[in-house]
Amino acid sequence: MSSKVIHALYDDDDVLMTAVKEVRAAHHHIEEVYTPFPVHGLDRAMGLAPTKIAITSFIYGITGLCFSIWFLNLIMIQDWPQNIGGKPSFSFAENMPAFVPVMFEMTVFFAAHLMVITFYMRSKIWPFQTASNPDPRTTDDKFLMEIAVDGNESELTSLLEKTGAIEITVKENH
Amino acid sequence: MYTFSSKLKTFSIALVILGALGIGYGFFTAPKTTDDIKEMMQHAEETHGTTTEHVADTGHKAPVSEHGTADEHAVTADSHDAHADEHHLEHVLMQSQNRPWSAVYVAMLFFLLIAVCVLVFYAMQRAASAGWSPVLFRVMEGITAYILPGSLIVLAFLIYSSVGHGNHMFAWMYTSIDPTAENYDFAMETKDWWLNLPGWLIRSVIYVLIWVGFRHLMVKNSRAQDNATDIKHFNKNFKYSVIFLALFLVSELFMAFDWLMAIDHHWFSQLYPFYVFSSMLVSAITVIALVTMYLRSKGALPNVNDSHVHDLGKYMFGFSIFWTYLWFDQFMLQWYANIPEEVVYFMPRLLGSYQPLFIGMLIMNFVFPVLILMNKDYKNKPWFLAISGLVILAGHYIDLFVMVAPGTVGNELHFGIPEIGAILFFLGLFLYVVFNALTKVPLHAKGNPFMKESEVYHYY
Repeated sequence: MSSKVIHALYDDDDVLMTAVKEVRAAHHHIEEVYTPFPVHGLDRAMGLAPTKIAITSFIYGITGLCFSIWFLNLIMIQDWPQNIGGKPSFSFAENMPAFVPVMFEMTVFFAAHLMVITFYMRSKIWPFQTASNPDPRTTDDKFLMEIAVDGNESELTSLLEKTGAIEITVKENH
Repeated sequence: MYTFSSKLKTFSIALVILGALGIGYGFFTAPKTTDDIKEMMQHAEETHGTTTEHVADTGHKAPVSEHGTADEHAVTADSHDAHADEHHLEHVLMQSQNRPWSAVYVAMLFFLLIAVCVLVFYAMQRAASAGWSPVLFRVMEGITAYILPGSLIVLAFLIYSSVGHGNHMFAWMYTSIDPTAENYDFAMETKDWWLNLPGWLIRSVIYVLIWVGFRHLMVKNSRAQDNATDIKHFNKNFKYSVIFLALFLVSELFMAFDWLMAIDHHWFSQLYPFYVFSSMLVSAITVIALVTMYLRSKGALPNVNDSHVHDLGKYMFGFSIFWTYLWFDQFMLQWYANIPEEVVYFMPRLLGSYQPLFIGMLIMNFVFPVLILMNKDYKNKPWFLAISGLVILAGHYIDLFVMVAPGTVGNELHFGIPEIGAILFFLGLFLYVVFNALTKVPLHAKGNPFMKESEVYHYY
């Protein structure tokens, strides 16, 4: 691993996208890009592997559906069967239509919440976590590209200048 | 310019001829007199030994009958005197005679409402100033060409069924609000102000005029935009789209009441029009996707890329779930309330002989799209999307069939040559009209200001 990184600051997401493509075309390794908002297509331009969050979401949804079936069967059929509007709750199958809204909501609830939590964990955002972006301006209106330096500092600097970076700094890696 | 391949032309004409033969067979084999009905029942007894059950079934549970009231059927089944017997046979005869009419009606409405909902989808794209879809506008405009011939056929059918007394599809037409009359119907006392012949026919004409008129205006402006120097026509179309969407929702609401729900005129559901709309809208998007994929495979749409087709797949998926949502809303409220006047609609469908179709279409329209179209990689394969599209279309045809048939043909499920013939006939006509219309103008709407955005549109 190189000991130095180079930080290039951009002020426009379109310029950043072209820059990412050019840097990649010149076979440099982009460590990370910090943006104030999600930039459409950036993950593809950086060559990141496709996200698996959709698959986890599907699995969470199925979990929620199974949980709701077990849950409703327990409370409405086994534990405390009631006669609601002339429909006695003695069989899950016969009462199933009444449970569908709950099953649906539980599926959505599980899928949405667990997916968000998964995303936080995957992005290393948890309580008491300090910000890891190197420049606070990336939370406002600037975009920062971090590139590993491997003895090619001047070459990289001139390339980045060409791509329209407004500020280029070299930093010791920590 | 796209040219209508002679192969497809022959295919569509062959479908029309085959379909006409099927429809003709349906009318030819329909029973003519009550003696035919007796013979049929005799035959059924010999083969299945279920005549008595059958008689009781069709007599008792029929939610809609030519004479409306349930009491008369009770009399029929209880006393079994000669007069009541004959009365019942007449009723069964009318239902059997309705069968070919009903088959034709379902198929003609299915394709007309698909074309109308394509126009709705088109208007939605325009009203939302969507940037992804202008490359598909000419395809949508081509499909809406079916609205004019399709609605003329439906209007002719409605006029023949009502003032022409051609069939007994709409039982409310044969009722009276006079309590002393033999055909007195208590339900019509409160519905007569709406469900009466002149009003019904005038409204039908108004719906069709709205659809045909706005289709004409929007297509005219879209073509004029091609060679225009400013975007005047484009802006006009935006306004027309907004007005059309508002008018369409009102017209569709009452269309569903008048043309479909009035078949079971004792039953009512306020969700019904939206449920019909969702069913036809997902079919319309599926048809757009199928036609787009066909034209693309012929090289007629060079500007359409995988992302556009993928987006149509997403709409198919999304609106399939929307349909399920409305279907289930309507079903669950009435299932839970369990009021006789409401569940009468679901008796033949959920518990009667229509059950395989009723449950089957739920699998085809919900379970199947959810499992198949959820994955991005599947939506990207045209052949895969085409197969799921065909399943969805078949499912929504069954949906419409199950809405109509129990109220007109009776509680016994009949599905055979007349129904398939009607589908083939209108499918052939639809293909012929649509692909003929597609050859008339360039498939690239070059004047649209969003065209560049649409051409470079990509999802991944």
